[in-house]
Amino acid sequence: MCRLAMKTASEPFSPFSVLQAMEAMQEGYDGSGLGLLLRGLKFADYKYNAADPILSGIAHTEEALARLDHLMDKAGFTLKYDHEYDVKKAMIEAQDRHKYILRVYKKPAAWSKLSPEQVEHELMLARLSLRADGEAHGNDLTAFSLWPDVVMAKEVGWPLEIGLALGLDSGRITSRICMAQGRQNTNYGINLYACHPFFIQGVATMTNGENTAFVPIKDWLSGRSFPGYIGYQSDSEVFAHILHYVTKQLKLPLETYKHVITPLKNEELAVHPQGDFLRGLRDACRRLIIDGPNAVIGTLPDETSMLVMDAKKMRPATVGGKPGEWAIASEMCGVDAMIPDRDRSKDFQPMREHTVIIPPDRQELQIWSQFDQFPIHRAA
Amino acid sequence: MVTVRSIPNTPSSLTPNDLPWIIEHNQDRCTLCGRCAAVCPVGTLKLAYMRKRMPHLVLSSTERGSAYKTFVGIRQSTEVSKRCIGCGSCSLVCPNEAIHPIHNDIRDRFRFLNNQQGEPAKRGGRRNVPGASLLDRIVFDRISMLTDPALDAGRHEFSCNTLLGRVLPPEEYVRRKLAGEWIPPVREIFPFVIGSMSFGALSPNMWLGLLQGVAYCNEVLGIPVVMATGEGGCPPWVLRSPFLKYIILQIASGYFGWDEIIRAIPEMQCDPAAIEIKYGQGAKPGDGGLLMWFKVSKLIARLRGVPEGVDLPSPPVHQTLYSIEESVMKMIQTMSMAWDFRVPVYPKISGSTSAKSVLNNLVRNPYASALMIDGIDGGTGAAYNVSMDATGHPIAANVRECYLDLCAQGKQNEIPIFAAGGVGKNGNVTQNGMALIMLGASGVHMGKYIMQSAAGCLGTETNRCNVCNIGLCPKGITSQNPKLYRRLDPDQVAQRVAETFMSIRTEMKKIMAPLGRSQSLPIGMSDALGIDDKDVAERLNIRYVC
Repeated sequence: MCRLAMKTASEPFSPFSVLQAMEAMQEGYDGSGLGLLLRGLKFADYKYNAADPILSGIAHTEEALARLDHLMDKAGFTLKYDHEYDVKKAMIEAQDRHKYILRVYKKPAAWSKLSPEQVEHELMLARLSLRADGEAHGNDLTAFSLWPDVVMAKEVGWPLEIGLALGLDSGRITSRICMAQGRQNTNYGINLYACHPFFIQGVATMTNGENTAFVPIKDWLSGRSFPGYIGYQSDSEVFAHILHYVTKQLKLPLETYKHVITPLKNEELAVHPQGDFLRGLRDACRRLIIDGPNAVIGTLPDETSMLVMDAKKMRPATVGGKPGEWAIASEMCGVDAMIPDRDRSKDFQPMREHTVIIPPDRQELQIWSQFDQFPIHRAA
Repeated sequence: MVTVRSIPNTPSSLTPNDLPWIIEHNQDRCTLCGRCAAVCPVGTLKLAYMRKRMPHLVLSSTERGSAYKTFVGIRQSTEVSKRCIGCGSCSLVCPNEAIHPIHNDIRDRFRFLNNQQGEPAKRGGRRNVPGASLLDRIVFDRISMLTDPALDAGRHEFSCNTLLGRVLPPEEYVRRKLAGEWIPPVREIFPFVIGSMSFGALSPNMWLGLLQGVAYCNEVLGIPVVMATGEGGCPPWVLRSPFLKYIILQIASGYFGWDEIIRAIPEMQCDPAAIEIKYGQGAKPGDGGLLMWFKVSKLIARLRGVPEGVDLPSPPVHQTLYSIEESVMKMIQTMSMAWDFRVPVYPKISGSTSAKSVLNNLVRNPYASALMIDGIDGGTGAAYNVSMDATGHPIAANVRECYLDLCAQGKQNEIPIFAAGGVGKNGNVTQNGMALIMLGASGVHMGKYIMQSAAGCLGTETNRCNVCNIGLCPKGITSQNPKLYRRLDPDQVAQRVAETFMSIRTEMKKIMAPLGRSQSLPIGMSDALGIDDKDVAERLNIRYVC
């Protein structure tokens, strides 16, 4: 089982503090890797415009880096900032890491006429083309994300050591959201793409637990003809894609995510104020019902954070904090490490019906129950 | 050597040893009560006087050297039409266990002569392929242990039901719901359905017992079991009862019983579960239904609107059908319209290499609710042997390729595939059904299994009994003769139906729990399947295990 830690705060903080929280939970994972996602970025060396897309990934060879430059150039991107991690190579297990990429680009000028949705689509296609190029060349190029205000890093090894190896303790990068996960996907073959968090068009999730309904869900998502629904080196990637599908494709409110992945039973729907709509939604999205055990932590492009459980609630997660600063972790000691000076009596462990939502203003924790009416103005 | 003419020797002459079943009679235990001969459904047994010589040594020349003794015993008829069918009714009634049929393990000669008067062999029942079926060999091998906890089949809540009906893609569902447009009807049902057996094929007591049992499952046990009528309509009182909601009404090429159904529509208290349009069936693809004259009783004749005692062969094809497009348009939409688009309507076809073409046509029709595919191992009330034995397509590969085809189009949730044909033929009903579900079926239909489990049908894959076609069912399951069907108590059938479905539900949990599945039926969970045959594994796109 892996351990998850996520912190969201109004003031940017160092991702290293979250890695220290991972260390507090070290008994719960095998230390096989680190996956990191930062949102709401601030660079010490560069004044970042939050509208500019950031490319995160790894060029495993010099040649791959040259191809990357060429592809981005050809697509019309202009490099604005190339962050050089303070890499301590000796601390990293893998030998084939030519360069960890964190680059800020200016969007192609031709995109100025596109709608925001079209821009989002183009960004996704650009990321996928980099990924495809890497896969066509023996996986020598890995592209985790290409999105405004999002940085991702994934590596094999002990999480804290990877943080030190990448110089994340220097404070050169800070962010308002940090998601961290401490394990490579050791259930299957190790593949950097298989490490949580998973990312698609600004939507990111990381998950604790095995998804036993993986194959039917994957089969259904793969049939959507949506170019971003690929990969699936990990059974948990579908959680990110379902969240994307519900919020971006179906354009339903965040609360319906829970109704899609863990729908209510007939007798519960019979007394639910929106039971009729939800029953139909359950049927229509039947292949997206997860079967746990899973705790899913997600963040959205507007810096909303969320936590949900599977219906059996057999994976742990706790949320705690104070106005302006909240943390979600697999264990209480993880929350303690991230926000020690909070009122612990207000920590919350969601049950099977709950969705914990931390809105972008971070002033309060919203605990929404699946049995309650949800704010679906369109379907009311 | 004696002259040839003194031996009863014709081309069709048989001895008991040439027959598929041989009666073994123990004269020492026989009380000569005659019950066996009275109960034998085909009249193969006769009490007979027999004589034997009792030689003894006599020294005096005035006495004869031999004495003769007469005794009464059992004689087995060797006539083709009266051969023993192995049903074992004789041993059921024998007070002294003096008689029973034995299967002739030496290849019988009877099969070469079972075409007297130029009429090819016919039978009811099954395909007669003994041994483990392909479905029996599939194992569930993705076991949750350490990477995720296994579930407790006895304590966790399990969602075992499936959907019957056209399900919209989520985008379209949300759009139509907001716009207040028509949403196709969807039924939530138990994935093991009592397959189509008509009120003509089955005796009134069997039908009543099934319906009582189904109602009990729904209303007391909370297992939403549905049963399909087969061709031949439905008793008028059932059509006007609240139990109609548990019934899938079938319309087939003979349209038998549909006068009654159409007339009853205005008086129906509820809608039927669904309408099944039968284009083909697994046991005799290309044939229409066949109710032989033995079974067309007064009641059946009235229900079907035909004279008594005539053969009722349905045409092989619907008379309105010229093409699949037309069929879909005419029949599915007409049937949908009859119930104001509130009832799912779906076709049933024989397993076939052309099943995918049918499926792809249904996908494009917004009113088609499902596809039911019946494989070669399906049973029937009456068919020519050659149809049952050699015509058709096994179900596993057929379902799998149809499911994968839907997956490629992203429509596997929109048109549920139901599978039938050999589910539970060796008793492993839940294992067989769940294997098909994980290959991609949304549910399965079972006919023979429910007859065996709920009513004690005597049939086996070694051609035991299998005389459903001639109305002589020794258990009274498939007979219209009151003397026979009074043997079957509907209450006891109902109880067995309930026991059967309770047991299937428990076994489903015992399969789902170790796979870590409880929230939804694991349709298409092919990563949990393995088989010890590389070629089959490759064909079904599942794991080869050994």
